[in-house]
Amino acid sequence: MMAAVTSARSSLSDRIRERRRMAAAWLSGPGLWVIIALFMTWAVLQERDAFTVGIVSGSIFALGALGLTLIYGVLKFGHFAHGDTMMFSAYIAFFLLGGFIVGERPGDELQVLPVTVNDLPGAGDAIWKFSFGYGLWVAMAAAAVLTAGIMVGLDRLVYRRLRDRKSGIVIFSIAALGVAIATRALMFIFYGPSPRLYYPGIRERLDLPFDVSLLADQLFIFATAVVVTALIYLLLFYTKLGKAMRAMADNADLARISGINTDRIILQTWIVAGGLIAVAGVLLALQVQLDPELGFVLLLPLFASAILGGLGNPQGALVGGLIVGITQEVAVTLDLPLIGEVSAGYKFSIAFIILVLMLLVRPRGLFGARV
Amino acid sequence: MSGEAATGPDRRQIRLPIAGLAACAVVAGLILFISYDQSPGALPDGNISGTFSFFVLFLTFVAVYGVFTLGLNIQWGYAGVFNFGVLAFFMVGAYTTAIFTKTPAKGSFTDYVGGFGDALNFAPGLATDQWFVPLVATLAAGAVAGLLAYVVSIPTLRLREDYLAIATIGVAEFVRRVAIEERGLVNGTRGLTGVPLPLRGLVDRGDEKYLKLVIAAVVLALVFLALERAVRSPWGRVLLGLREDEVATEASGKNVAAFRTQSFVLGAIIMGIGGSMYAYASSALTPDSFTHFTATFLFWAMLMLGGSGNNQGAIVGAFVLWGFWTLTLQIQGYELGDAVETRIPYVRDLVLGSLIVLVLLLRPAGLIPQEARVSMWVERRIRKLQAAERRSPDGEPVLD
Repeated sequence: MMAAVTSARSSLSDRIRERRRMAAAWLSGPGLWVIIALFMTWAVLQERDAFTVGIVSGSIFALGALGLTLIYGVLKFGHFAHGDTMMFSAYIAFFLLGGFIVGERPGDELQVLPVTVNDLPGAGDAIWKFSFGYGLWVAMAAAAVLTAGIMVGLDRLVYRRLRDRKSGIVIFSIAALGVAIATRALMFIFYGPSPRLYYPGIRERLDLPFDVSLLADQLFIFATAVVVTALIYLLLFYTKLGKAMRAMADNADLARISGINTDRIILQTWIVAGGLIAVAGVLLALQVQLDPELGFVLLLPLFASAILGGLGNPQGALVGGLIVGITQEVAVTLDLPLIGEVSAGYKFSIAFIILVLMLLVRPRGLFGARV
Repeated sequence: MSGEAATGPDRRQIRLPIAGLAACAVVAGLILFISYDQSPGALPDGNISGTFSFFVLFLTFVAVYGVFTLGLNIQWGYAGVFNFGVLAFFMVGAYTTAIFTKTPAKGSFTDYVGGFGDALNFAPGLATDQWFVPLVATLAAGAVAGLLAYVVSIPTLRLREDYLAIATIGVAEFVRRVAIEERGLVNGTRGLTGVPLPLRGLVDRGDEKYLKLVIAAVVLALVFLALERAVRSPWGRVLLGLREDEVATEASGKNVAAFRTQSFVLGAIIMGIGGSMYAYASSALTPDSFTHFTATFLFWAMLMLGGSGNNQGAIVGAFVLWGFWTLTLQIQGYELGDAVETRIPYVRDLVLGSLIVLVLLLRPAGLIPQEARVSMWVERRIRKLQAAERRSPDGEPVLD
């Protein structure tokens, strides 16, 4: 009798445990996708404007997270200077366009470059409905080259020495943090706290089908993000460099003994990441006004995007970036029960909430990275 | 290790941390000189007394920030727990103290929860508002900060270190946002003023600055002694093992996750107490004065410079860097022209950021490196052996 009761009870608790395990498995697997899909559908139907803006800022996050995830995959550390380097290369482009170092007060400007990108014939004439001419592309390309050079230099000066010493990943992250603080301070010293625009003036708005309305520049940001992500995808999966990078991400020691020159791959990773950082930075400066505080503000969304997609995974970075961007914009329009209206000040805390939920439910990210 | 340490008393001499002391002396000397130079010399001893009060204020904040650096040291220096969100525990500690010590909000410009100052003052005859209320407030500050740390540790601490770093940055940003956006909680951006000072009945109003210094210094000393005791215990040894080699620690049967959580929570409690000291020392709290830079990364720089894993180093780092910070504020008192004056804070940030990188590259152990330490039991045994050796100078060295 007792035995029967005990066994019944234990089978019941077993069943409950089994159910709970199944629920957790569903929530961390297909359920998560279902929830995301439902939320996105609802956002498209109900909050179309916020959704559109979210896609644009999400594109920028995606490009940033793409660089972050590449560095993470190959070098195995969280690059805490990523946001600040993006801000920095956006200022490089600003510098190349106008040749200015701008002082604290208006009119306190110092022309440094004798010839600037804006001096090229027709460089400033707006293309189609964009606010910029081909000069921005020239500046972006030049900024990409310069940023890549700076990243390689930083690696030689700082990160390689730490690597040679076999420092733990945390030491790299702290070093990156120091670099971030110094970068931010440098831009404050040169450009001061006042916000900058590449091209002042009114931006042209496009009215697309399905009642979607956005700035022409924002369309450009989204298109560039998609193209660049596609390029990185091709690089990773259809070139020798990409194969080597993936091999290193998988197992650096194994890659080395298989005859891959890991030092050169690390260098090339920094070059690719530097280019990505510059493109993301310039797009960021098109979307919002450029100021030195931007870098730190970006840090949470970038890491949230990269971790959401799965650290070390390029498609994940794109999807993660878009989800974080859209959720941020949509969430601050919400009027939740119990909590009430979500204030716009919480925008960047949303990224943090997504991050924590993701770490709780599925720490390896949507597209499964190693943890 | 024990054999090496027991080879003779000459090896065991106390090594003076010369670099650390020299840095402290240089910073203190410069601060004293500049503040003497800048004090108005109206009274016969005007410069002297002005310099003195300025230095007292400086030391008060060194003591307050020393508490934070010690808290960070128990997390990062000993257990290798990567907390980039000191700001969160700082703010929680400071605001909890204000809520517990202040009287309830009145007037249309102030709005905050709590204000338990009167309710806790249960026996006014014993002047409980002077000692009991602040004591409860400080303990509550530690408890709330510790609780927050525990909650944060649940999803993040079992993951890789850098996940914790980014999660703690997130927590810090979230706490800061809540303090700013939820106006009814702690009065939003208008901030809270008039946090009452403990034991204020004992001194004149003009002497409160000395009382602040004494309180902060006593708390710093207590935290320091408690931590020195804790890290020399078996518990502290597990933390060190955890930092050096997590797998080996786990293999020797230690519950790694539990120890990480304990060090994280203990560090957060200390940071909460530090926040409480900050509330008493500055008596006014505004969310704007808590930035990620001044309330997290500054402490990291202090700890890196002073020497991670060394409690004395943590305090020396706080002294030197807060000294540097104070100097950059003092320099602004001179006529330097707009172009320079507006940039001094940014140059300071540049130096701090570069300093973190340079310390990592050139002197990873910091100003006062971590001492090689085995355990209290072995240390006690060595002392006993040395005493025995001294008693019989011609005797053979006794080794265990």
